Amino acid sequence: MLRFVIRRLLLAVTTLFAISIITFVLFFAVPSSPATVMCGKNCNPTQIAQVEHRLGLDQPLIDQYGTFVKGIFAGRTIGEGDFARECPAPCLGYSFRTDEPVLDIIKRTLPVTVSIVIGSAILWLLIGVSLGMASALKKGTIFDRLAIGTSLVGASLQVYFFGLVLLLIFVYSTGWLTAPSYTPFTQNPGQWAYGLILPWITLGFLNSALYARLSRAQMLETLSEDFVRTARAKGLPKTKVYTRHALRAAITPIVTIAGLDIGAALGGTVITETIFGLQGLGKASVQAVEDLNLPIVLATVLLAATFIVAMNIIVDLLYAVIDPRVRLG
Amino acid sequence: MSVSPDDPYLQVRDLQVQFPTEDGLVRAVDGVSFSVRRGQTLGIVGESGSGKSVTSMAVMGLHNAARTKLAGEISIGGTNIVGMHDEKIREMRGQDMAMIFQDPLSALHPYYKVGVQIAEAYRVHHPSASKAEAAKRAVDMLDRVGIPQPQRRAKQYPHEFSGGMRQRAMIAMSLVNDPALLIADEPTTALDVTVQAQILDLLEDLQREFNSAIIMITHDLGVVAQIADDVLVMYAGRAIETGSVEQVMRSPQHPYTWGLLASVPSLHGDAEIDLVPIKGNPPSLINLPSGCAFNPRCRYAGQNGNRSFTEAPELRSTGQDGHHVACHLSAADRLRIYQEDIAHAGVAQ
Amino acid sequence: MTDLVDAAEDSAATPASSREPLLKVENLQKHFPVRSGVLGSSLLVRAVDGVSFEVRPGETLGLVGESGCGKTTTGRMLVRLIEATAGKITFEGQDITHAKGRQLRRLRQDMQIIFQDPYASLNPRHTVGRIIAMPLQVNGINPPGGVKKRVQELLETVGLNPEHYNRYPHEFSGGQRQRIGIARALALHPKIIVADEPVSALDVSIQAQVVNLLRKLQRDLDLAFVFIAHDLAVVRHFCERIAVMYLGKIVETGTRKQIYENPAHPYTRALLSAVPDVTKLGPAGRIKLEGDVPSPINPPSGCVFRTRCWKAQEKCATETPPLTIKPNGTVAACHFPEEGAVV
Repeated sequence: MLRFVIRRLLLAVTTLFAISIITFVLFFAVPSSPATVMCGKNCNPTQIAQVEHRLGLDQPLIDQYGTFVKGIFAGRTIGEGDFARECPAPCLGYSFRTDEPVLDIIKRTLPVTVSIVIGSAILWLLIGVSLGMASALKKGTIFDRLAIGTSLVGASLQVYFFGLVLLLIFVYSTGWLTAPSYTPFTQNPGQWAYGLILPWITLGFLNSALYARLSRAQMLETLSEDFVRTARAKGLPKTKVYTRHALRAAITPIVTIAGLDIGAALGGTVITETIFGLQGLGKASVQAVEDLNLPIVLATVLLAATFIVAMNIIVDLLYAVIDPRVRLG
Repeated sequence: MSVSPDDPYLQVRDLQVQFPTEDGLVRAVDGVSFSVRRGQTLGIVGESGSGKSVTSMAVMGLHNAARTKLAGEISIGGTNIVGMHDEKIREMRGQDMAMIFQDPLSALHPYYKVGVQIAEAYRVHHPSASKAEAAKRAVDMLDRVGIPQPQRRAKQYPHEFSGGMRQRAMIAMSLVNDPALLIADEPTTALDVTVQAQILDLLEDLQREFNSAIIMITHDLGVVAQIADDVLVMYAGRAIETGSVEQVMRSPQHPYTWGLLASVPSLHGDAEIDLVPIKGNPPSLINLPSGCAFNPRCRYAGQNGNRSFTEAPELRSTGQDGHHVACHLSAADRLRIYQEDIAHAGVAQ
Repeated sequence: MTDLVDAAEDSAATPASSREPLLKVENLQKHFPVRSGVLGSSLLVRAVDGVSFEVRPGETLGLVGESGCGKTTTGRMLVRLIEATAGKITFEGQDITHAKGRQLRRLRQDMQIIFQDPYASLNPRHTVGRIIAMPLQVNGINPPGGVKKRVQELLETVGLNPEHYNRYPHEFSGGQRQRIGIARALALHPKIIVADEPVSALDVSIQAQVVNLLRKLQRDLDLAFVFIAHDLAVVRHFCERIAVMYLGKIVETGTRKQIYENPAHPYTRALLSAVPDVTKLGPAGRIKLEGDVPSPINPPSGCVFRTRCWKAQEKCATETPPLTIKPNGTVAACHFPEEGAVV
C-alpha cells in the first residue's frame, strides 16, 4: 500500500514536470510574442524588446524554465531595479497583464470552480446513479423508457444551450432567481448555494443523463451475473439482492469514471463559468491563453494536470478498497 | 404441508415453461413430469437447449416472472409453488430447496468473504440467529464439506480458493439451512476430473448425511451413471425417456439416448472404431420440427409410417416398471434395432 | 514370453516406426515471472518445466492433464505463439525454437493450430471463404484452379456445404464453426496440427462428429497431431500415443494400450479412475486424490506428485524420479510404479 502510494506520487511528480516542459515549449512555439500582445499595436521594436526584457522573455528558454521551477520551490525575485520584488515560494510568477501574483489569481478563481464542481457532482451522482439503477431494476417498464428517453435528451444537450435556456427562464423572464454569482462558502453558505443553483443544475442535469445511462448499463450487466442469481437462490429479499449484492458490484466502474470526470472538471469548467459569468479557473485559463499570459497558462495547466493525476491515484486506492481482488503494486 | 417419507419430496407434473419472444413463443419446457424422493438422486440429461436448466430454474422459482409463462405443478414438500406469491417462494428458497451452479467462481460474490456469504444464507432463514452464531455455523459447514482450516478459510475471499474448494464452499452455502432438495446444475463441468471425483463423492456423502433429494443436471452421461438413481433424458423441452439408471443406461429405448451413449467416447471397448454421432444439430425451440422433435436427426424416423413427422409421441411405459419412452417405434422394433445396431457398438454392455 | 516381446515392441522408448521424427521437443521450459505481493520481488511460475517428446509423421500424440499442468502452454510454444524460456524444438531436423521471419512463415505452412473456442478464433466480420482463404493469401499461394475452388474443396473435406463459402461465422452452429477452424488449418497442407481442446466446448452429440472428422482427416491426409485435451476418453479415441502431464512435467508416456490398460504412474491411474464412465454404474472403487494441485510457483521437491500420492515415501521427497522404462512398457517418472489394470 505505502509502496504503491510512494511509487505513484513519484510518477505524478515526473508527469507534472513533463507537462510543464511541454507547456513551456509549446508556448514559445507560438509565432506571436506575449510582449507584442501586451504592448499593443503601436509599439516599436525597441519598446517590445524592453517589455520582453522586463518579463524575462529575452532569456534562453532553459534559463526561463529554470527560474520558473526555482520559483516554485524556493521563491525568486522578479524584475530588476525599481520593478524588482520578492515572490516567495511557491512562486508562480506575476500575470503579464495585471501584474497580480498568479498565486492570488488561483486562490481567487479555484474556489469558484471547486464549488461548481462539488455541487454539481453531488447532484449528478445522486440523480444519475439512482435513476440508472432504478431503471435497470424496472427494465422495460414505462418508468425505464421515460428515464432512458430523458437521459438521451440530456446526453445530447450542450451546456451552452441548456445553461442559456435556464438563464432565460429563471433569471431574465421570470426573475425567480438573480443572475448567478459567487459568494465564498465561509462568508455566507446560503448565499453561496443560492448563487450557484443554476450552474449546479446545468452541469448536474447534463451529467446525470450520462451517469444514468452508464449506471443502467452497469446494473443490467451485474444483474445478469451468476452471483446475483446465487443471492436470489439463497432466498435473500429483493432489496438485499439489489443493494448488498448487485449495487456493490455495479458501483465500482462508476466510481472510477466519476473520479476521473471530477478530476477533469476541477481543472476548469470553462463553458459553465463563461455562460454564468463566474470568475473560475476555467475562465481565467482561457483568458490567459488569449493573452499569451504565460505564468497563468502554466499555473492553470499544471493545476488541472495535478487534479487529474491526484484523482487517478485516489480512484486506484478506492478500487483496492472496494474490490478485494485488486492488489496494489 | 407435510408429506409422508415415502412420497416424493419434489413432484413436478406437466410442467410448461414458455418465453414469449419477438420471434415467437419459445416452449423451453413442454409438459415434463418427474419426481424425486428424499435420499434419491435424479439425473436430468440433455444437450444445450434441451430445457434441463430452465426446469431447474422453475423449480427454484428463479425464472424471470415477468417474461415467463409457467403452467403445471411443482410441488415441493407438498406445496405447489406454481402461481404462488413471490415472497412465499422466496421464503422457501435456500430453506426447502437450494441450488449449486456450474462455475463457483462467478457464482460467489467477489467482494465478500466466503464465511460472510455462507452466514448470510443462514441468517435469511434464521433471523433470530446472531452474527456470531451464523459465522460459527458457516465455519462448521466449511469443515463439513472437507475444507481444511475452516476458521481461516472463512475469512478469505472466493478468489483465494481453488476451483474445487470454491465448489465445496458453494455446497456448504447451499446446505447451510438443511434443505430437503438440492439442485446441482452441472456442478462439476468446470472442474478437473480428479476434483470432479472429489465433489461427486462429497455430494454422495452429504446426501447420506442429510437425506436430501438431489437433482443432478448434466450433459455428462458418465456423471449420471455414477451418481444417479433415476434418469430423465430431455430433448427440445420434452422428456423423451425416464427410468432407473439401470434401465436407461443398460437398456436404453429412445434413439436419442442410443445416440448419446454411442457418441460418448468411453475408456472401455474398442478405441479404433469410429464413434457413432447423432447427425445434425439440436433444433431451434422457436421452430420445432413437426411431429417428433427428434425426427430430423433420427435414423429410424421412417420406420413407422409417417407418424414421426405428424404426431408428437407421448411418454409411454416400456413394460418395465418405471421405464418410460416417447417414441413411435414399437417395442419389438426398438428391441430389434437395439440388438442389431446399437448394443454391439461397444456401448452400454 | 510373448507378452514380454509385445511389451518391448510396444514400448514408447523404442520407436516402432522407422520414420524420422517430424517434431522433436527437448527439455522445453516456460517460466512466467510474477510479482509477489508483500516484497514485490519476482517469482517464477514454472508452467512448463522440462518437457521432451517426439512426434513422427502421421502420428497422433495426446497431451493430457488437468488445468495448470502446462499442456496448453506447451502447445502454444510448439506453434511459436509464445517463446520458450529454454529447451529446443526441432521440426524436420531444423531448430525452430526461435524461428522468425521467413523461417517462421514457412513453418506456419507445415504446422497449424486449432483452438478450443471455435467462435472466438474466427473473425465475425469475414466470410467463411475469406477466413479459410486467409492462410493462402498471407503466404502468397495461388492454388491450381484458384482460391475459391480450394476453399470449396476444403469446406467439402470438413463436411460443410461448399456453397456456404460466403456466409458469416455466426450463421453456423458450434460444431460447424469448429469445422471451419479445421478447414482453415488444412488450407496449407500442413504436416502436423496442434489441436488445443478442439471438442471440449461442443455438445456431446456434436463432439463425436468432430472427433470422427479429425480421425478421418488424420488417416486420409497422413497428418500428425498433437492433441491437447483434459478428456481422457476423447484422447483415447484419437491418439495412438499419450503423454500425461502434471505440474509442468510429463510423468508418463506410452501407447494407448499401455496407458489405458496398464499404466505405471499413480497419477495416470488416479486420472483414469476419476473419469466417470457410462459403462460403470454407481460410485464403485475410484482412487481418491486428496487436496489440490500444488502451486507451480513452488513445486514440491523430488517427485512433483508426491504431495497427493498414496504411495509416497521419503525417497520421493528427496530424489526426483527420472523418466525410465517401467515393467509395463511405459516411460514413467516414479520410484514406485504400479502394474495391472485400473479398477
